[in-house]
Amino acid sequence: MNAVLQGVLAFVQTWWVELLCAVLIVLVVPLIAGYIVLVELKVMADMQARLGPMRVGPHGLLQPIADAVKLLIKEDLIPDNADQFIFWFAPVLSMTAALTSMGAIAFGPWFQVARDINIGLLFVVGVSALGPFGIVLGGWASNNHYSIIGAIRSTAQLISYETTAGFALVSGFLLAGTLKVSDIVQAQYAGHVWYVFLTPVGFFTYLIASIAETNRAPFDLPEAESELVAGYMTEYSGFRWSLYFLAEYANMIVVGAVGTTLFLGGWLRPFPHVAWLGWVDALPALLLAAVGVYCVMRAGKQPARVQAMFMWVVALLCIVVALIFGLVEVAHASNFAALQASHSFLLLRSMYPGLYGAFWFLLKVSAYIYIFMWLRFTLPRFRFDQLMRLGWHILIPLSLVNVISVGVGLALESSLGWNRWPAMILTSIATLFVGMLLIRWNDKHAAAASASIAADNSQVEDSYAG
Amino acid sequence: MLDSIVFYFFAGIAVLSAALMVTRRNAIHSAVFLITTLLSTAGIFLQLRAEFLFIGQIILYVGGIMVLFIFVIMLVRLDVPLPQIRSRARQWVACIVALVVFLEAAFIVWMSQKVPGQGLLVLRAAPAEKLPPNTEDLGKSLFGAYLLPFEIASILLLVAMIGAVVMGKKRTDAP
Repeated sequence: MNAVLQGVLAFVQTWWVELLCAVLIVLVVPLIAGYIVLVELKVMADMQARLGPMRVGPHGLLQPIADAVKLLIKEDLIPDNADQFIFWFAPVLSMTAALTSMGAIAFGPWFQVARDINIGLLFVVGVSALGPFGIVLGGWASNNHYSIIGAIRSTAQLISYETTAGFALVSGFLLAGTLKVSDIVQAQYAGHVWYVFLTPVGFFTYLIASIAETNRAPFDLPEAESELVAGYMTEYSGFRWSLYFLAEYANMIVVGAVGTTLFLGGWLRPFPHVAWLGWVDALPALLLAAVGVYCVMRAGKQPARVQAMFMWVVALLCIVVALIFGLVEVAHASNFAALQASHSFLLLRSMYPGLYGAFWFLLKVSAYIYIFMWLRFTLPRFRFDQLMRLGWHILIPLSLVNVISVGVGLALESSLGWNRWPAMILTSIATLFVGMLLIRWNDKHAAAASASIAADNSQVEDSYAG
Repeated sequence: MLDSIVFYFFAGIAVLSAALMVTRRNAIHSAVFLITTLLSTAGIFLQLRAEFLFIGQIILYVGGIMVLFIFVIMLVRLDVPLPQIRSRARQWVACIVALVVFLEAAFIVWMSQKVPGQGLLVLRAAPAEKLPPNTEDLGKSLFGAYLLPFEIASILLLVAMIGAVVMGKKRTDAP
């Protein structure tokens, strides 16, 4: 027994950073997902000229907590004719895949669970591709027509758009020359440019494909509420339903993180080489302090005592983290020898780059997710044939051409000695030209196809007419 | 020590779920157990430090082919059990195949030695910790020394794909 205990202790001592990161991710991601839901409600309300949730906490800030408690104490139903085992297993599978794939994402310089993994981003993409199994199996196990149609739609959509996402990622990998997550960010730091500027087509095809892969509007056909009640989730309730919901939002974070790492410079701050923008480094501390002060100001005005106490806790947390950040920044700026020599400060300073990087990383991921919401509330839902046509006729050829043109650009750079910028701009313009041709060609065919469908339909008796 | 534990864990799961896959009545249950088998095989690849093979297995087999399998199972009605086709010749073929596979496995166990300190039976093993990261090496050898076989394989796949499209296409000009 003693030997086993010693083995466990040795394991923890060797791997404590990784274990800490893993625990942080598993604990914090559901919280972040809850708050993304709140932000989504608020953004939607803003775009529709409403107020959104206002009751729980100031401006509804405690709404996600209340929702989570409600979901946990709700009755959990399993239909009689459902396949019990798979019904139980499917939401767990979705959630596990989403959380596992976060293991290889680099939130900051050391802030990563699987640091030395050679396949890097491929791991994230591959493991998060297991999530749809949860959707498909859950839809099938519910033994319900709406669920199974939702599940089949999600499979078809996933197969179509995963190819595009893969090609878009390949164009980024070609530029970085590596699959390792931290090396990709370092390559962007060394190259003085985010890859979104070198291969804009790659970034935008990835953006569209990632919206489709996470089943978000305007591609949310698997759960189209006007047609399929709630799609694959129709029979789910309570905790299982919330697992699906969490998995969806965790997947949004994953695709956002992949896009950020590969195209938006990962944990780097904007313009990391420009010296006079150095004051930006103090931004995380100031922002957190401001949030803390706001919480203190509002805490006295809460109607219930629980809410006030919660606000105090949040305020305290924010101010403590802000003080830690501020301390490190101040110590960097001044040469306060006694402080710099102390042991705990050294530990703090070695932790700091990770936390600081995580701030910028999460900021970029949030911006990425904001684009998702923006599109959701502005665009109407696609029809299924439109979805398939966009995927197969436009996006896949376009991303394929983009991979080739990035390759040509890199060949121009390496064998003809061109600069990277003109080579990439030239090839991007060529790709865009091909894309324009594709869209024109496709429009012509779509018009012909819909004309022939209309001709077919006119012969069928319309039983709903009149 | 840890290596053997990880290996026998994944190997046990793979064998167990392979057996369950063959014996299930329900096609979807079989598919789920096939996924488990493939995943634990991927785990064995990872334990052997073949990271690219690991993720290739997951992306291609689990993420691609199994999704298609399940898609087809859902579209085709398999609740009604198919009439069992039994014939003597097939039973003989199955027996011979099983015997050959068993002999192969027995031969490998007979040929292999124990790796000192690990307890694994392997043929001429290199210690797994000393292997370099293999994605770059794999790419270099695929596009360098083995370029011709690689291209032949890709042309074969392309032909197969075009063939599938042609066969799956609705015949509009049929007489």
